[in-house]
Amino acid sequence: MTTNTSSRGGPVGVGRIKRLVLYAILIFMAGLYLIPIYLLIVTGLKSFTEVSQAQMWALPSGLHFESFTKAWYGSPAEGFRGLGSNFWNSIILVVPATILSAMLGSINGYILTKWRFKGDTLVFTLLLFGMFIPYQSILIPLVQVLSKIPWFGGTTLYGTLAGLIFVHVIYGLPITTLIFRNYYAAIPNELIEASRIDGATFFSIYRYILFPLSVPGFVVVMIWQFTSVWNDFLFAVTITGNPDTQPITVGLNNLAGSYIVEWNVQMAGSLLAALPTLLVYILLGRYFMRGLLAGSLKG
Amino acid sequence: MKRITWERVTAILLLSPSVLAIALFVYGFIAFTAYASLSNWNSLVPDFSWAGFSNYQKLFANQRFQIDLRNTVSFTILFLFACLVIGFFLAYLLDQHIKGEGFFRSIFLFPMAVSLIVTGVVWRWLLNPGSAEMGSTGINLLFDKLGLGFLKWGWFTDPVVWHIPPDSGVGQFLQQIGLGFLASPLVGISAGVVSLVLAATWQMSGYTMAMYLAGLRAIPNELREAARVDGASEWQILRLIILPLLRPITLSVIIILGHISLKIYDLVVSMTGPGIGFSTDVPAYYMWDTTFRGNHFARGSAIAIVLLLMVAVLIIPYLVWTNKTEAEL
Repeated sequence: MTTNTSSRGGPVGVGRIKRLVLYAILIFMAGLYLIPIYLLIVTGLKSFTEVSQAQMWALPSGLHFESFTKAWYGSPAEGFRGLGSNFWNSIILVVPATILSAMLGSINGYILTKWRFKGDTLVFTLLLFGMFIPYQSILIPLVQVLSKIPWFGGTTLYGTLAGLIFVHVIYGLPITTLIFRNYYAAIPNELIEASRIDGATFFSIYRYILFPLSVPGFVVVMIWQFTSVWNDFLFAVTITGNPDTQPITVGLNNLAGSYIVEWNVQMAGSLLAALPTLLVYILLGRYFMRGLLAGSLKG
Repeated sequence: MKRITWERVTAILLLSPSVLAIALFVYGFIAFTAYASLSNWNSLVPDFSWAGFSNYQKLFANQRFQIDLRNTVSFTILFLFACLVIGFFLAYLLDQHIKGEGFFRSIFLFPMAVSLIVTGVVWRWLLNPGSAEMGSTGINLLFDKLGLGFLKWGWFTDPVVWHIPPDSGVGQFLQQIGLGFLASPLVGISAGVVSLVLAATWQMSGYTMAMYLAGLRAIPNELREAARVDGASEWQILRLIILPLLRPITLSVIIILGHISLKIYDLVVSMTGPGIGFSTDVPAYYMWDTTFRGNHFARGSAIAIVLLLMVAVLIIPYLVWTNKTEAEL
């Protein structure tokens, strides 16, 4: 484990040069990956007078938040909506969708690992396939069905955030079940058997044994769902046609597609839309990575 | 031990809502879409009269759809290639006991956390070539500043489609052996697709890196040490030991990224739209466009089913394979 490249192959001098080249390449690549973020931040922070295409890569003269204010509140005079209300819609969407998905995934994972039945792997595989389908293949009946389920205020689920939450919970089932199933599979069955002998029931095993051990699993699943629901565009654009209920991805796409919106406002808007998931990534990156790896079936 | 108890019944009862939901919302809905694709429902009013496979026939004869298929296939191949090569390259570098490895890893991985809509908006500006009056912008401007002006081009605004010219030597040879269709713009790569690949690779190559890095960490160091003792060069170790051991990961990555790229939609919407001469159009975009803007529900369904079949060809063998290896454990 302690071997490092400088001690192998050739004299030490060559090894040192190799290390330097290695770091130079890595720093160069890191720079490339940061270019889009650099542009987002730099442009978002410029004042309106500074923004010009020729000065695209220049640093701002100071910290100007005008672009963010305009992206958030919009400009009724110029005729475009801000992303503020879309941002709150996304929050209202993401919080319940994430919590419900995680709870269902956890129960399903518990049953599929600790209460195994004949054909359970087949059921699981059929469930899993739902994670890979192109959602285009279910959109048409989805819209039909949602517009027939009545909802409060004389409307139907179609066009509401509740409908969108419902959709995300359902199509999130495969991935949340997968992650919890992998997670619970690592908890020894002997533990369950022993507690059953001691008289634990279906619910008390979950409540007192599995659930307390599940915190990291919940974190992974909730980060995964949070990110994918926040970033979703296809379901959102199909189900919410009214700008008052649209989440931020749809709002941003409308904002960026409008020719009257200055591009520094578009950049500020993009940053607003990216901020929550980026924050989660920065604070809980370790778990984010675990979710990614779990998404490829074998955690 | 497998007696029927109330607890077992409870377990099944608690699982069944999820199973039923997936049965209806995945399998039932797919069946509905398949049925609609065989109907005459091409207006706002549902019409389920039988049309046979005529929607599919029209679709495959439709030039827009042919271009879409070309774009998806070329996008998928280029995108996979770029992600595999760059991802492995980064993982291999990071596996050399790098100081600040976590820092670099975070930088390569963070684009994964960002919405494809954001990616599309930013890259549309990055790859905006500018105009004659306004001068260069975006990456082109950066090229100018770095004295690399010769690298400037129109990116996704360039309608060019690279393909084998039919009147070239290779083209004529292909015609002689009956493969003339390979030398047509329908088997080519559009500039628009290349631009999309750039943005998508920025977003997803970190995933490949993370997968390969996990794979490299799982290879016992003794294996490399033993090879070194036997006099193997670093290159031989890479080619004969590391790469073969990483093959299952390569397969997983191809399948995960492959199915994502076949479905790509958000990026096209936010970055380029269908493009000049459909140079960046994809089946997923066409489906949404024709269904929810054009009310051609039967045609939209047919596109959706074609998409589903393409994904299924990739995913089903993989699911079966994972299931099998799991059963062996």
